[in-house]
Amino acid sequence: MSRTESASPPVIRVEQVTRTLAGEVPVTLVHDVSFEIERGEFVCVMGPSGSGKSSLLYLLGLLDVPTRGRIWIDGEDTTGFDDDRLTDFRLARLGYVFQFHFLLAEFSVVDNVSLPIRKLGRVADDAARQRAAQLLDQLGLEGQHDKRPSQLSGGQRQRVAIARALANDPLVILADEPTGNLDSASSANVRDILRGLTRELNKTVVAVTHDAQFAVAADRRIGIVDGRIDLAWKPG
Amino acid sequence: MAVALDVALAHLTSRKRQTLVSLTGVVLGVAFFLAVSSLMRGSEKDFLKRLVDNSPHITVYDEVRQGRPQPAELRWPDAAVSVRNVKPPRETRGIRGWSQRLEFIEALPGVRAAPVLTGGAVLTFAGRQQAVSLSGALPEKMKQVTTIEEKMIEGSLDALAADPNGIVVGQGLVDKFSLHLRSTLNVLAADGTSRPLRVVGIFRTGNAAYDEGQAFVLLKRAQALLGREDRVNRVIIQLADPYDARDVAQTIEAATGYKSVSWVEASEDILSLLLVRNVIMYSVVSAILVVAAFGIYNTISTIVMEKTRDIAIMRAMGFHARDLERIFLLEGLIVGVLGSGLGVLLGLVLMQVLGQVAIRPPGVSEVVHLPVWWGAEQYALAITFAMLSCLAASYLPARRAGAVHPVDILRGAA
Repeated sequence: MSRTESASPPVIRVEQVTRTLAGEVPVTLVHDVSFEIERGEFVCVMGPSGSGKSSLLYLLGLLDVPTRGRIWIDGEDTTGFDDDRLTDFRLARLGYVFQFHFLLAEFSVVDNVSLPIRKLGRVADDAARQRAAQLLDQLGLEGQHDKRPSQLSGGQRQRVAIARALANDPLVILADEPTGNLDSASSANVRDILRGLTRELNKTVVAVTHDAQFAVAADRRIGIVDGRIDLAWKPG
Repeated sequence: MAVALDVALAHLTSRKRQTLVSLTGVVLGVAFFLAVSSLMRGSEKDFLKRLVDNSPHITVYDEVRQGRPQPAELRWPDAAVSVRNVKPPRETRGIRGWSQRLEFIEALPGVRAAPVLTGGAVLTFAGRQQAVSLSGALPEKMKQVTTIEEKMIEGSLDALAADPNGIVVGQGLVDKFSLHLRSTLNVLAADGTSRPLRVVGIFRTGNAAYDEGQAFVLLKRAQALLGREDRVNRVIIQLADPYDARDVAQTIEAATGYKSVSWVEASEDILSLLLVRNVIMYSVVSAILVVAAFGIYNTISTIVMEKTRDIAIMRAMGFHARDLERIFLLEGLIVGVLGSGLGVLLGLVLMQVLGQVAIRPPGVSEVVHLPVWWGAEQYALAITFAMLSCLAASYLPARRAGAVHPVDILRGAA
């Protein structure tokens, strides 16, 4: 579980985070949650439907901000970041994979993957495309670069989505039900890829999942029930 | 930003038919705008040209707008006693020291001027009489400021210079009096003096009253006949650019003190009418573009709604709200640029076609072509208005795209 050099700080540190949706009847999605995730860890967040695990992932992914509590990412306290800083942080250091691939239908596969690289703007467009092509090749999508997402199978699309998440060489990959829409062979493939990222590239992967098959590959599982961490929770 | 442009283009091409419809709206809007504007402005210019060409650009009269203050008022402005019944000194009417004033006027850039002394006189010939407006002029200067020389059918204005006792009369008078070139007629001045003059030129303008009631003599002769030595009562001015008339008239009036009326001032009512006409016309043709803007709004709104997931994922990926806004504004801009470009092309074709249309007004033998104005300003106006409509139409959807909260969308989709 702890395969890190003890000196380096955790990649993600969550401290007493609560997220409440305001309204006539306030709804608490995440309730006083604290944990740390080390660099290179493959962590699964599990729990029943509506338990708040996706909400927790959005908080970790800086798509949402906690009502209370603090979140450190890469040693930086993100509390009080405005939308611009959160957006820049997401662009450079986080990558997402969702249940639905969410690829842009009008763009070719390679253009989809190069989009975040071009947005970051650290390299020229040509170089961005080259890097995108490299990532696609690494994920076994040789020869598919110029196809539209609609021409690919579900598993292939999800691999494109992973390539896109890796585009800006992020620290953390956040995956929301990455295998929720795939057959078992593709699921296993995606799982192995994500696991591989933690082993070979020392990326940190946090995945929300229902899929017990998927979860067994993780270094650690965090159970969430009713917005709270439940160490005893077991799938099924 | 190239990425934004790529996404914007991808969105527009993903809804080809709807984009095409919006684009057609802008194209037609711009083209009609130009066609109508070119015709309206063309007829306006045509009208003004007639107005400007047939009358002096500026006329300096021997009048002042405001009487000179009395010397006593200048000397004691806050005097306790005011003297009533003070009258200005009596003097011969006319522009005093006109030759110096003429020199000043002629020194202004782009100005041609001719001094004229006009007064009433009666011409008699073989017992017949005709009251005329007698204008004393300097032929070489008069030619430069009026079209009278072009209207001569016999003799010339220059003949006046050769013959100090010459007179130039109109065709109407010639017919009435049965005159010929070199006939001698008598002129009866206001003070009763009579003098024989020889016809040295005949003109015809087509305006019956003018052709009957106008006669030209040499300035010196008119001064003698009208008893106003060394006076002129008018300076007629033509300008290189008629639209400078107002400023030049002001300059002249300020320097000479005499009332200078530009054609602009003299035809203020007509000019304001034309202005109102233009405002109405531009409002109507702009309305087409406003309607076209609704088409664009509709298209871009649909795209925003359809692409909410894409917007959410792009926000998650690290695109700022303003990047998304920019993408959709860019879509409006692209439709605007393409629409304006194609619209101007179609407009030019329409204008070309309109320019070919020949009409035959009743009672006129000449074939008249529709007056089409090709001025640059209307293109600028059409393009500006089209671009503003397109940007305004894409602004609201763009704002909506920028306000998309990724979590709301992702939560709904998961």
